[in-house]
Amino acid sequence: MNTYTRTAKALHWLIALMIFAVFPLGLYMHDLKLSPVKLQLYSYHKWAGMTVLLLVIVRLLWRITHRPPALSLPRLQQIASNAVHHLLYVLMFAIPLSGWLMSSAKGFQTVLFGILPLPDLLAKDKVLGHTLENVHQSLNYLLLLLVAVHIAAALKHHFIDRDQVLTRMLPKS
Amino acid sequence: MNKHIITSLLLLAAGSVQAVEYNQLQAAQSALTFGYKQMGVPLTGKFNKFSAQVSFDPAKLAKAQAHIDVVLASIDTGSTDADEEVAGRQWFNAKTYPLATFTSSGVTALGGNRYQATGKLSIKGRTMDVTAPVTFQSEGNRGVFDGTFNIKRLAYAIGEGEWTDVSTVADEIQIKFHLVVLAAPVKK
Ligand code: HEM
Ligand code: HEM
Repeated sequence: MNTYTRTAKALHWLIALMIFAVFPLGLYMHDLKLSPVKLQLYSYHKWAGMTVLLLVIVRLLWRITHRPPALSLPRLQQIASNAVHHLLYVLMFAIPLSGWLMSSAKGFQTVLFGILPLPDLLAKDKVLGHTLENVHQSLNYLLLLLVAVHIAAALKHHFIDRDQVLTRMLPKS
Repeated sequence: MNKHIITSLLLLAAGSVQAVEYNQLQAAQSALTFGYKQMGVPLTGKFNKFSAQVSFDPAKLAKAQAHIDVVLASIDTGSTDADEEVAGRQWFNAKTYPLATFTSSGVTALGGNRYQATGKLSIKGRTMDVTAPVTFQSEGNRGVFDGTFNIKRLAYAIGEGEWTDVSTVADEIQIKFHLVVLAAPVKK
């Protein structure tokens, strides 16, 4: 059967799992009252988010050099699936990048795992920092929406169409 | 004899007319900043309001004096949330202790334009001795003092309760001052 490479699957699920953790963490920490725990969670969110960015870069490189297995779908579904996948890639990249830029603009450098200082890509600028916070938030809500569509489509393929779309992304296929 | 005394008095007076003493703080050009680490991330902030009475004549170090009042609620950490938190009871408790004060007790020359100032720093009802290396540069009647010293925030109970955790906000705080002071001729 046509399946994704093991690397593609591993990256897909690892990144998905991490996003499922980083996303609610972002919502939760944002609403906390200022406390040491809040500061710690912000750091963990930033570290995990930057790790996602690194994994996404690896994943994009892998994707460019490895075509996904062929799949015959009705033309409209093909277009929709392509569009959603492209957007998901864009968001997976743009969301952590916007977080990094936001942190720079707000004057809170990102020091990965508390050890590795990442360069600030922007100078401190309160207004820009606030704008980027909104960008980060909006991109996240767009991601939430698209992932919901993405999951619904995967489940529809599996349970209604009873085709191979889901299984070819699963570890054992 | 009388004549002699009068001449020397005149000479003294003439001498002190020429002496300059740096004593007029230029608040707008001066700055009081601090640096610390939060989760390993170096951060800086500043105090927007402070006043200083300085009298400094490099030729009369024994008479040098400085008294600095810092309005703690004027803190700018770069985040409004943090500014409010830090003015609060667990940090500065700025309602009860609105000012941090520094009063010098002595200045010694270290050679060149370098000096060492010692004095007492009071924050939140606690007073501690501090020592700061200071450089002094003058251009005409404009004198500039620059100095840096470190304090441990917990020694002043800055950050109580959960905030005593120094792995989140480090204990060591670096304080930097840049004071621009104009000179006026003094007659005494
Ligand atoms: C996969 C990566 C990421 C995801 C899914 C993600 C998701 C989120 C979400 C859902 C929020 C809450 C938004 C809100 O309600 O305001 C948030 C907030 C935040 N994120 Fe991310 N994030 C990611 C990466 C990053 C990175 C890499 C950084 C910085 C290096 C970062 C920095 C922040 C900050 C500072 C906030 C809080 C904004 C504030 O409250 O001031 N994020 N993130
Ligand atoms: C944050 C979460 C997720 C993101 C960002 C994401 C992203 C992506 C992307 C970009 C692709 C396209 C791979 C390619 O062909 O290049 C993909 C494929 C796939 N994803 Fe996800 N995914 C996520 C979660 C999930 C979940 C929870 C499921 C399962 C219910 C799932 C099921 C699939 C399947 C079955 C494919 C293969 C589609 C095909 O065969 O063409 N994904 N995913």
